[in-house]
Amino acid sequence: MITTVRWTVLLLALGFCRGLKHNYIDDYEVVEVEEDWDLVFQPSEHGSLWPLPQKVQISDVSFKLMSSSFRIVDAKQSSAGPSCSLLQDAYRRYYEYMFGSAKRQQLYKSRRTGPTELTELQVWITSPDSECDGYPSVTSVESYELSVDQPFAVLKAPTVWGALHGLETFSQLVYEDEYGTKSINSTQINDFPRFAHRGILLDTSRHFLPVKVILANLETMAMNKINVFHWHIVDDPSFPYLSRTFPQLSRQGAYHPYTHVYTPADVKMVIEWARLRGIRVIPEFDTPGHTQSWGKGQADLLTPCYSGAKPSGTFGPVNPILNTTYDFMKLFFGEISTVFPDAYVHLGGDEVDFTCWKSNPDIQKFMEQQGFGDDYSKLESFYIQKLLEIVTATKKGYMIWQEVFDNGVKLKSDTVVHVWIGGGSNDEMSRVTAAGYTTILSAPWYLDYISYAQDWQKYYKVEPLNFNGTEAQKKLVIGGEACLWGEYVDATNLTPRLWPRASAVAERLWSAKDVTDINDAFNRLSMHRCRMVDRGIPAEPLFSSFCPREYKGI
Amino acid sequence: MITTVRWTVLLLALGFCRGLKHNYIDDYEVVEVEEDWDLVFQPSEHGSLWPLPQKVQISDVSFKLMSSSFRIVDAKQSSAGPSCSLLQDAYRRYYEYMFGSAKRQQLYKSRRTGPTELTELQVWITSPDSECDGYPSVTSVESYELSVDQPFAVLKAPTVWGALHGLETFSQLVYEDEYGTKSINSTQINDFPRFAHRGILLDTSRHFLPVKVILANLETMAMNKINVFHWHIVDDPSFPYLSRTFPQLSRQGAYHPYTHVYTPADVKMVIEWARLRGIRVIPEFDTPGHTQSWGKGQADLLTPCYSGAKPSGTFGPVNPILNTTYDFMKLFFGEISTVFPDAYVHLGGDEVDFTCWKSNPDIQKFMEQQGFGDDYSKLESFYIQKLLEIVTATKKGYMIWQEVFDNGVKLKSDTVVHVWIGGGSNDEMSRVTAAGYTTILSAPWYLDYISYAQDWQKYYKADPQDFEGTEAQKKLVIGGEACLWGEYVDATNLTPRLWPRASAVAERLWSAKDVTDINDAFNRLSMHRCRMKLIIKSDPNFVKDTEL
Repeated sequence: MITTVRWTVLLLALGFCRGLKHNYIDDYEVVEVEEDWDLVFQPSEHGSLWPLPQKVQISDVSFKLMSSSFRIVDAKQSSAGPSCSLLQDAYRRYYEYMFGSAKRQQLYKSRRTGPTELTELQVWITSPDSECDGYPSVTSVESYELSVDQPFAVLKAPTVWGALHGLETFSQLVYEDEYGTKSINSTQINDFPRFAHRGILLDTSRHFLPVKVILANLETMAMNKINVFHWHIVDDPSFPYLSRTFPQLSRQGAYHPYTHVYTPADVKMVIEWARLRGIRVIPEFDTPGHTQSWGKGQADLLTPCYSGAKPSGTFGPVNPILNTTYDFMKLFFGEISTVFPDAYVHLGGDEVDFTCWKSNPDIQKFMEQQGFGDDYSKLESFYIQKLLEIVTATKKGYMIWQEVFDNGVKLKSDTVVHVWIGGGSNDEMSRVTAAGYTTILSAPWYLDYISYAQDWQKYYKVEPLNFNGTEAQKKLVIGGEACLWGEYVDATNLTPRLWPRASAVAERLWSAKDVTDINDAFNRLSMHRCRMVDRGIPAEPLFSSFCPREYKGI
Repeated sequence: MITTVRWTVLLLALGFCRGLKHNYIDDYEVVEVEEDWDLVFQPSEHGSLWPLPQKVQISDVSFKLMSSSFRIVDAKQSSAGPSCSLLQDAYRRYYEYMFGSAKRQQLYKSRRTGPTELTELQVWITSPDSECDGYPSVTSVESYELSVDQPFAVLKAPTVWGALHGLETFSQLVYEDEYGTKSINSTQINDFPRFAHRGILLDTSRHFLPVKVILANLETMAMNKINVFHWHIVDDPSFPYLSRTFPQLSRQGAYHPYTHVYTPADVKMVIEWARLRGIRVIPEFDTPGHTQSWGKGQADLLTPCYSGAKPSGTFGPVNPILNTTYDFMKLFFGEISTVFPDAYVHLGGDEVDFTCWKSNPDIQKFMEQQGFGDDYSKLESFYIQKLLEIVTATKKGYMIWQEVFDNGVKLKSDTVVHVWIGGGSNDEMSRVTAAGYTTILSAPWYLDYISYAQDWQKYYKADPQDFEGTEAQKKLVIGGEACLWGEYVDATNLTPRLWPRASAVAERLWSAKDVTDINDAFNRLSMHRCRMKLIIKSDPNFVKDTEL
């Protein structure tokens, strides 16, 4: 029996104003008024669930939860026991999300358990290998089944990764009644992700992000069942990655050699924090373009640009004609392959500017020797091909931006091609999958581009499989990523700019294809936003509204 | 001798990227690439001063400041002494801005004072009445003179309001050298604002803003020499103002009657916090439109809308034909006039939708009786005229949105007309000033409208006197306000969305008209932003190192 959950207290009495206040604007600014703006809040039959699980049945039978008696425990049959610290850590985290930190617990014991009280959630890992001590991967099984009923709730999942998602879902089912009592309705959920790769790109080169900002956003990713942190760690403006092999890269290339770097300990912490939340960390070391900051600490790595017959003193992309370049890359990516446990590394390969290469007489000579003619994309491919061999030797798979595919570089069959160029991304998805490569989509999800009003709807309406292709081609789309490039974001504004806009992408990548009701999404997302705020995350509002507990930080 | 200040440590090694990364975008989104985007950071000869003072001379002679010995003191001749808590409070605040809180002070005493050390800033209030215990007003004198030199620095100002600005400026002159030593260069500054009314509008109806968010932003306003907090406190969505006279207004009309209201104590705290920073608090109680939330707690205040011959159950603007409406307004604005000390109250008067009035048979009859014909703007003016009389009787002046002027309502000569409608605001400024009214501009400064990249430059380039008119007309422009309407902002994102974008408006309204060098502004604003960031969150205006 599916009925409406009683969202009595959490239910937001959203008082939408009738028109848009002061909507006149000066000539130089154009605001497109979309009709969907004036969505009116109504409680969804799926409460505040986000992203929406694949199958949900919520009954109107409700149970009370008491902080003093409620426990999350390992099921007897579970292959993960108390030694699985990943789960123990998660139990504690979700207990605190649901009941607040230990300080505000009611200390008195309840008299006795009534028939309407739910006292236990049993977590049952069903595979022999729980993967408790492993890392998530693109092939990880993330499904789970959740049954909330008497005498106890049961969460069944093949692996810990599914269990983490199930715990999040369970916590999203808990609500407060009029008297502040935590309640949950009898519920059956069967859930699994639509896409295996659900990522967010953060850029720590254009602005340095303190580690705690990264951790807070990993925390929030887990609340949205995002499972990939694409760490665009270095780029032109700065090189904050502290390399053990080449410490001069950050010593010279970071904004500051001590205060604006990620030490090996920092990187380890980020990776472990992410692992405990079922999130992969895929680092991107983009070459041969976007490498200005590399050149500061590594002589001869970049191509000297010429002005007429003389070096101009500026530098271009990585110098592809020197053996020393490849010696460096071997050592560097050797280190990367050991520091980052994920099976993939993102090698970039986008936006290579040929101007500097063209100006350099040594490069010109090399082009001639190789018979490249005037086609500098052949030189680019020459470099990338050698780089791919180097990285393959480290036993890593790789992701690359779409240009590498476009230029016809020979790629391993398990390469993930990252489609980012807007206006034509559907055709690109067709081409990439027709060539048999797996792919992820980012073109419609550049969250650094901001505009007035509810742009989350635009992100929500994107359908990644909306391109011409066979079923086999569609299956090669393994997901997508929301990208928040760093020109205009740093620790001061990143989190509210990312959330809940990235939540729209998260639901598109997790939930079933037919989950497209924008009104229902608005209702659930409004409450999901307030839940993130309640958990200390400054997620910005969708529209005029309030949260029962407003953001407390500043 | 004017030379470049040595901004050695504060100088941000800004690594600008060469091109715009990933600038392709999907068809449905248009990004206009302006050339000014790629401003390259270079230290300004005016360091991190923001807004730029009217006259500045910075020499290359520098003095050291030691946290253990440096003091801000009242000058002997000053008309404000230790009993002026406004100044004492400010001394402490600026000491902490400059040296950090007491916890990270160096505790050891320095050996002795060398010739290159500056040990004292003397603050000298020159008018007999320092105005220490008063409130700032539109006629307050805000000028100051600052002389940084041996044996001590002197800040002279007619009133405490100028002294507050001078303290901010002094603190902006302090920088750290390579060794972390606080330093200041010998400097002469003569400063005063170009416009008297330099405001920011915050909207606490569409989203409730916790008091501490308001206080943090008042703090930041002071850092930008903004002197008016326009508190758009109530509107359609919610009524968070707790009225002593009509407590049911917030009990019924707030998002929540306890957690989402401003109590009298909250309001007092906001006003006093603002006063201590030289900021006026002008509340706006907008009528007759934008009043949906008022109707929840006050029966018969709003006009019942009709669907055919029957009331539809919905309500429109304030009901202008009932005597009870004006009885209510008398009591309500009587309370407002005592709660808010400022000489002005903002009465709104914008965007009145006539649909509901037109549907109501009682209103129709009234229109006929009054001979208004079908011109409902006459009914609107009828209401506003009576409201203005009521407010005038409370001895307050008023500000109103431009529609009230447009509709030909008779206004007191000291009325401030608030121009907000974009696309034609220059013509409107001409008309308003030609009619002899003072005016402030907001049309180009709607900061709730966001777009990609450095929109602060657009705000910076606007000038409130860029309209056709005589010199006398231009003088009637007393300033402007940056408006941050609340549809999409709350405690989670307000502060970084407001700053440093509002700083662009702040400089336009304070500094001389010819201060328009966008490169120099970028350089100073970049450093100003990092300074603010030490205390509050503030949006990065471009790629740069942000962790000082």
